[in-house]
Amino acid sequence: MGNQSYKWVGTRQPRPDGADKVTGRARFGADFDMPGQLVGKVLRSPHAHANIRSIDTSKAKALRGVKAVITAADLPDMPDEMAPAGEVMVNLRDVTRNVMAREKALYDGHAVAAVAATSEAIAREALDLIEVDYEVLPHVIDVDGAVAADAPILHDHLRTDGDENAADTPTNVAKRIEFLKGDLDAGWAEAEVVVEGSFTTKPVHQGYIEPHAAVASATEDGQVQLWCSTQGQFNVRGYCAKLLDMQTSQIRVTPSEIGGGFGGKTVVYLEPLAIKLSQMAGKPVKLVMSREEVFRGSGPTSAGSMDVKLGATKDGRIVAADFTVRMQAGAFPGSPVGPACMCSFACYDIANVKVVGFDVVSNRPKVAAYRAPGSPVAAWGIESAINMLAEELGMDQIDLRLKNAAREGTKTHYGPTFKDIGMIATLEAAKNSPHYQTPLKASQGRGVAVGFWFNIGMDSSAACHIGEDGTVTLISGSPDIGGSRASLALMAAEELGIDYHKIRPIVADTASIGFNFLTGGSRVTFATGMAVVQAVRDAIDEMRARAAKLWEVDVEAVIWEDGCAKPAGSNVGDFDPMTLAEIAASAGKTGGPINGHAQLNAQGAGPGFGAQIYDVSVDADTGHTTVERCTVVQDVGTAIHPDYVEGQLQGGVVQGIGWALNEEYIYNDKGQLENTGFLDYRMPVASDLPMIEPIIVEVPNPSHPYGVRGVGEVPIVPPMAAIGNAIAEATGVRMTDLPMSPPKLSAALDAAKVRDAADD
Amino acid sequence: MAKNHVTTTINNEPVEFLCDTHETMLDVLRNDLGLTGSKEGCGSGDCGACTIMVDGRLACACLMLGAEAEGRTIETIEGMASGEELHPLQKKFVDEAALQCGICTPGVLVAAKALLERNPDPTETEVRYWLAGNLCRCTGYDKIIRAVMDTAAEMRAN
Amino acid sequence: MRYVAPSTLEEASAFLLEANGTGRVLAGGTDLLVQLRAGVTTPGIIVDVKHIEELMTIQDEDGGFRVGAAVCGQELGEHPGVTTAWPGVVEAVELIGSTQVQGRATAGGNLCNASPAADSVPAMIAAGATVAVYGPNGRRELAVEDVPARPGKTNLEPGELITSIKLPARPAGSGDAYLRMTPRTEMDIAIVGLGVALTMDASGTVSAARVGLGAVAPTALHVADADAALIGSKLDDEALERAAEACRQACNPINDKRGTVEYRTKIAGVLMKRAAKIAAERAGS
Repeated sequence: MGNQSYKWVGTRQPRPDGADKVTGRARFGADFDMPGQLVGKVLRSPHAHANIRSIDTSKAKALRGVKAVITAADLPDMPDEMAPAGEVMVNLRDVTRNVMAREKALYDGHAVAAVAATSEAIAREALDLIEVDYEVLPHVIDVDGAVAADAPILHDHLRTDGDENAADTPTNVAKRIEFLKGDLDAGWAEAEVVVEGSFTTKPVHQGYIEPHAAVASATEDGQVQLWCSTQGQFNVRGYCAKLLDMQTSQIRVTPSEIGGGFGGKTVVYLEPLAIKLSQMAGKPVKLVMSREEVFRGSGPTSAGSMDVKLGATKDGRIVAADFTVRMQAGAFPGSPVGPACMCSFACYDIANVKVVGFDVVSNRPKVAAYRAPGSPVAAWGIESAINMLAEELGMDQIDLRLKNAAREGTKTHYGPTFKDIGMIATLEAAKNSPHYQTPLKASQGRGVAVGFWFNIGMDSSAACHIGEDGTVTLISGSPDIGGSRASLALMAAEELGIDYHKIRPIVADTASIGFNFLTGGSRVTFATGMAVVQAVRDAIDEMRARAAKLWEVDVEAVIWEDGCAKPAGSNVGDFDPMTLAEIAASAGKTGGPINGHAQLNAQGAGPGFGAQIYDVSVDADTGHTTVERCTVVQDVGTAIHPDYVEGQLQGGVVQGIGWALNEEYIYNDKGQLENTGFLDYRMPVASDLPMIEPIIVEVPNPSHPYGVRGVGEVPIVPPMAAIGNAIAEATGVRMTDLPMSPPKLSAALDAAKVRDAADD
Repeated sequence: MAKNHVTTTINNEPVEFLCDTHETMLDVLRNDLGLTGSKEGCGSGDCGACTIMVDGRLACACLMLGAEAEGRTIETIEGMASGEELHPLQKKFVDEAALQCGICTPGVLVAAKALLERNPDPTETEVRYWLAGNLCRCTGYDKIIRAVMDTAAEMRAN
Repeated sequence: MRYVAPSTLEEASAFLLEANGTGRVLAGGTDLLVQLRAGVTTPGIIVDVKHIEELMTIQDEDGGFRVGAAVCGQELGEHPGVTTAWPGVVEAVELIGSTQVQGRATAGGNLCNASPAADSVPAMIAAGATVAVYGPNGRRELAVEDVPARPGKTNLEPGELITSIKLPARPAGSGDAYLRMTPRTEMDIAIVGLGVALTMDASGTVSAARVGLGAVAPTALHVADADAALIGSKLDDEALERAAEACRQACNPINDKRGTVEYRTKIAGVLMKRAAKIAAERAGS
């Protein structure tokens, strides 16, 4: 469907960092070392909720080889101040307390102190010597428990923002938000069929294979260099400057290659601690989390508890939709409740809608972003309910969605009116897919669900340096988390009209390129891509000017085509086209180096819609579900590099399969996390899965020079509900709580048997 | 306590090192020998990012003591390419985008190479089970499995 | 912490004895290294037994096999004799961890780690396997089911180590099978594991049976009542249900992060029926 006239965009080229990454050369967070560096370790709370009466570090400090010990007392306290972090806003008062517990430890794994020592063994010994006097308090893990009247209160100062009726007493509900559209009562009056249900999800971890790592080197003149694995070196710099009361120009952050993030590496954990330890010790300090620390101390995504009610006419028109969701924020406010509420019914054109969301704190790690934060939680409830409605109406599950699909001109319940969107194109592609057209195998079930994400723009900078030999260095500040160097270089090659392989894209540190907001929200190919295109055009303008100078004509009389400056028409004069290489070679005589620059706040992010189809079989005796076939359909705008687009779709789907079937945090009665490793936090392994069939739909985004929307978020939205729908069809049992693990599904199947027997 | 003195062969080169008993082979490779291509994703043998070959069998370097390397023959990701020539698997992984972030890639490649040496014509199911110990969170495994099978086909043809 | 790699049993035993309870045997290391890292064990000495030839070889013996305690799972799976005679034992050993772990992990280590969920143990119990033990007082033989005492603890005496596992000769008309329940297809710990070995006569009647059951009690169990339910039957539904019920009755599990009491108990019965059918099929072939 896309524009077939492109030479490079839409082709499958080898990634520029490929050789580094298949030979072990690429340096990830933990692969970086500084001469003379110390080993840092973090002491973490064993309690889910406890007052910290005192911390005695004197014995640790006295241990030979220990060079620095820090607690929250060594970090400046922060005022209530909101700052952007990934796809959510955060409060600096809370961030400094999450990085290092201050008055209270708020979850098992909460950092309470850190040491730097000359060896790992000494650092470990020093941790054992730190004496923390805890007053253990009652804790609450789950969101429904946290909103109960008698729940333990995490923060005495917390009141419910946005709820005029809330009492002025401490609460765990940080915020209430509401979206209204149309007249819900009128909708119920019109409805001929009503379905409703309550659903829950569990928090899940992003599960990146590379643990967090940071090396900081502070010098006596106040400068700091930091190397770390992050989705946003500029955000790390901003956080660290604020949390340590420093100037951003004093901190130079170099992002390592990043071993997965999915939103989880958009915040800081170790980075400010490494800097502080290095400042105090006078030597570089390296901090690396163990896998256990990753699970106990870094953000999972938010879980939700929700109620859905849908009303429709008999012909399948949805006329009323009511959704309430309680989103778990972890130890500090800031769940993605906003996106959850906004994404909820975004796939549909419904006249009467009410959506209410609550942001709820509990004794778990503060949540971090994870692919389309909030949207998968809402979709679990809503897309399950859509299928319940299809069952009631006796309608095909895709036809019901098509009948109510959002389209051009649909006014969303959260405000904007959609322009060019691909919801219908996506559903039609799903309906016409080889998968949906193939009859279902006996005893299997087939489930469909759809998903939405806004995609985002935000700030990006880029530079394009023309080398003297006619090759190009392309500089951006967006960490390459899944092939973005390749997509950026493809767009640059298209603009410049030169071979992709002559362009070397690099990811620069914070001192070597202007600000880039982090890699997240599916913004890099869109926003940084836009900056790259503009930077390249800036360089092209300069090359046109150089040719104009040599030809002694106006710059407007020179065009850029197929990698050459050419006269705009025969009236300009008879000049042979000048290649980029020729212009570069003569740059010294025409005005010096040729570079292009761009900085922008990208506007016009194009909403992304996806649909997924799953065939599952269920072992009725064990409750074990096998995904037999899966097709993922998504409108991506334009697929700049189709391989990496497919990879995003397939990867997001498999994360969703894990979320649907097995992934969950298991706590003991003390509120301690019991599954702190990959053995018992069960992410899908290769043998669990079929091939994932991608279908790319291309409805170009008119706001981007190549039509890019964004890819990475939407794929994780539909899987849970689609698999639940497939299980419901295969077994007749509707699951409402995630994960649909064998023990839970087995129990539900047994309960249904008992009910059926009683009914007979 | 005196350190263990170990003489071994890594990627066809004789290597000597000293290590404490508690140091794993992964610690030795990464911290003492500068071979950081083997990654630590878990430290408990559950992710496969530190996969190496020891005397012709796969192992997680995190589940082996450095001291055990005495007299053994060890291969790591750093020994997979020869000179400027990538191993066919390495080349295929780049050509077919069988990696996204790349952290699991070294371990996957070492494991896949061992598979193709034992079984030049594996089925999809065989590849999936062989690589079940290599966690990848980015790709959904699809392109990894395809790249291994395509490499196998190519190597059989050559 | 000291590392030693003796080449004789005498030396290995002496090191362990000398360590006075702080010695740990290192075979494949796939459990030991995880425990070292977690700090749940801090041995004074680690005795690497992979340089003792007796522990590293598979030998034919009396029509059966003597498998060195430190032979890795992959090597066992490559042995044509063992895989033909005891496919259930081999598939159980091969379920221990990933391909990477298979290059190191051993049935001896799986047994001595004394985890109730060890995959190889129910299969070895079903096979009627015994182990050879070497120690300061010489050699002795133990039934596999008598090795684990409780989770993490064996019945071995100070200075003792397992040298080999004896898989008996497989009678004509026999077959074995091992099944486990895990949420994932690989890389998991058994919620329930069940091994069964059957011998069937020409008429299809079970003449001998042994059932081993794991992860449902502090140690893996030999479920004699299940044996009895199967013996004399033609594996009809009623006999299978009686065997399944015997397995459910034998369960004394805990609720933990891997499974509930109810689920474990139910699955023990499910696996009994399924494994018996596989073993019977193998017995007939």
